[in-house]
Amino acid sequence: MSQAVLEPEASAGRGMDLLRFATAGSVDDGKSTLIGRLLYDTKTIFEDQLEAVEVASASRGDEYTNLALLTDGLRAEREQGITIDVAYRYFATPRRKFIIADTPGHIQYTRNMVTGASTADLALILVDARKGLVEQSRRHAFLTSLLRVPHLVLCVNKMDLVDWDKAVYDKIADEFTSFAAKLDAPDLTIIPISALNGDNIASRSDNSPWYEGPSLLHHLEHVHIASDRNLVDVRFPVQYVIRPQSTTVTDYRGYAGQVASGILKPGDEVMVLPSGMTSTIASIDTADGPVDEAFPPMSVTVRLNDEIDISRGDLICRPNNAPAVAQDVEAMVCWMDETAPLRVGGKYTIKHTTRTARTVVRGVQYRLDVNTLHRDEDAGELKLNEIGRVKLRTTVPLLADEYRRNRTTGGFILIDESTNRTVAAGMIIEAH
Amino acid sequence: MSQTKPYRVSHLDALEAESIFVMREVMAEFERPVLLFSGGKDSIVMLRLAEKAFAPARIPFPVMHVDTGHNFPEVLEYRDRRVAGLGLNLVVASVQEAIDAGQVRELPDGTRNRIQTPVLLSAVEKYRFDALFGGARRDEEKARAKERMFSFRDEFGQWDPKNQRPELWSLYNGRHHPGESIRVFPLSNWTELDVWHYIAKEQIPLPDIYYAHDREVVERGGMFYAVNEFIRLRDGETSEVRRVRYRTVGDASQTAAVLSEADTVDKVIDEVAATRITERGATRGDDKVSEAAMEDRKREGYF
Ligand SMILES: Nc1nc2c(ncn2[C@@H]2O[C@H](COP(=O)(O)OP(=O)(O)O)[C@@H](O)[C@H]2O)c(=O)[nH]1
Ligand SMILES: [Mg+2]
Repeated sequence: MSQAVLEPEASAGRGMDLLRFATAGSVDDGKSTLIGRLLYDTKTIFEDQLEAVEVASASRGDEYTNLALLTDGLRAEREQGITIDVAYRYFATPRRKFIIADTPGHIQYTRNMVTGASTADLALILVDARKGLVEQSRRHAFLTSLLRVPHLVLCVNKMDLVDWDKAVYDKIADEFTSFAAKLDAPDLTIIPISALNGDNIASRSDNSPWYEGPSLLHHLEHVHIASDRNLVDVRFPVQYVIRPQSTTVTDYRGYAGQVASGILKPGDEVMVLPSGMTSTIASIDTADGPVDEAFPPMSVTVRLNDEIDISRGDLICRPNNAPAVAQDVEAMVCWMDETAPLRVGGKYTIKHTTRTARTVVRGVQYRLDVNTLHRDEDAGELKLNEIGRVKLRTTVPLLADEYRRNRTTGGFILIDESTNRTVAAGMIIEAH
Repeated sequence: MSQTKPYRVSHLDALEAESIFVMREVMAEFERPVLLFSGGKDSIVMLRLAEKAFAPARIPFPVMHVDTGHNFPEVLEYRDRRVAGLGLNLVVASVQEAIDAGQVRELPDGTRNRIQTPVLLSAVEKYRFDALFGGARRDEEKARAKERMFSFRDEFGQWDPKNQRPELWSLYNGRHHPGESIRVFPLSNWTELDVWHYIAKEQIPLPDIYYAHDREVVERGGMFYAVNEFIRLRDGETSEVRRVRYRTVGDASQTAAVLSEADTVDKVIDEVAATRITERGATRGDDKVSEAAMEDRKREGYF
């Protein structure tokens, strides 16, 4: 194995920022190997883990240390040699801490990819250089754009098996670039790699003198994510009302929550939804004292200058920039339940920001074929892992934005009222 | 809009904000949450986060210690001091009492990790806790890497890894029927190093055993165990005084110390950043049994 080149420095620990990324690829494209490689090259793999993997590899008859065994954590996964569920991995370099959502590739795991992508700043899609783009690569790119993951990286893997042939790489890169353009995909970077041998992972490889871009790790460390956040629209969903019952702190009433978007400052004029009442911010409190401003993803407690009746599920915004107060919602919905399909007339619990309501499905406008993007307008229902445009009516108004503008106030889940399972993820297109 | 400021938060602040969000969600949506507090560093950090989440109010739920009876005295003393300082209610679920009452049976090897589970579950039933905050981190162990932030448990406290609820954005589904419960892991996305950086940043006091000190130990299988009432020398073994510290604090009969000169938080951070052995691998006899030891214990209702 190549020499590890980067080490999480103790001193760097406090100044780093955080990047969350999701990985996707078809079975055997090398996803687990790539993650193992990233962990290895950043010295995140420990000797006892490596030893355990070496023993396990040897007992399976693998010729080399199978780094995939590091990430496949469940018994069934190791037995079947596949990844079933989203696994989370962590590594750090002096610049950044990374959270990887490792999601399996099969179509039956679309829900896992959607789950992993929902919180990702970046999606990393793998293809096998020998096979080129396959149906699944297109699906992964589509899901990335559907979930509005702001950055996309395509890794053309197993370049060692095509003799580092530039023509092979160019063909895949061109094809993918033109497909991504159709999706209104975000910022795209394409990198030729060998996950097994570590080429272009932690540093640029001599095997690809024709490739002028960054190594994967360099790109992950430097990709600009600060401007991905919405700092314009103030959205503060109230989570919990803090009212100390004590003799030392009296008359305190604070609205606790995490800033979804925008910047809040003491003195700002604000509006509370759904009531529409207005007030000004008296202070923004944290356990470490008041702060001058709050922005995503800070968890703070807001106090207002007027006594207004506010409870969990309400939202604080600015009077001239408010989300829709809406009971009719149109959304792209990914169905995640294997026991029953989404049907017109179906009733569910809907969870949207900190607000919970009931909802009924008014219509399925179309089902989308996630491979061809063909719209089937006669579908009428959505089965497990199917995605479609759905009309919902809710019992109480949601305080909602379009998902493309705001991933927090634009996303929701549906919960089955008898089994309590999470059965769908939704991305709002229109709310009124 | 021209921005003069970067409006960035450090990764530690982002992790803190996420954990606080999770704790507030639980408080808003559950009736009887409880925080599992062992006096170990992860639960100590979790308690600090709970303090921050609800300030200036008090932490609005009790804490529970599943006490194996095999304790480090420094840790018990810390536990009691901390709980009293915060004015919290402490529930002790005692494995020893359960053994004495005949509710569980001591295993032939004397280890109590496995028999903690029924004791935990009967306390959950007795107090009707519906949400249990645990300090587990996903970087600790490969089965944990797959577990959700809100981990649904059936009436028997069991985890079904193949039937987990998808967890999207920060929309956590805590719905459950009576008798069922949710284990909540606010530190899911923290690593051992993050925890130590946070302890340094917040200047959180810890039980002394986390820092280098001289202790009489015996070496077994490359690990250094304190010689005390739970671990006695076997024939042919000799003890020696070494400079050690603990990386984790579990059952005192099974938790090993590591050789260390790190007697301050900054030195510990340097040591953790440079170490090449995982926390559990270095200190826990109980996880070495099989590749799926943790997965199996969680299926039975373990933390
Ligand atoms: N030659 C070569 N083999 C690779 C490379 N990356 C992965 N593999 C092999 O491809 C197979 C599947 O890899 P794995 O990481 O399990 O794929 P996953 O299903 O996407 O997680 C394994 O046998 C790997 O060793 C590579 O860059 N070059
Ligand atoms: Mg895999």
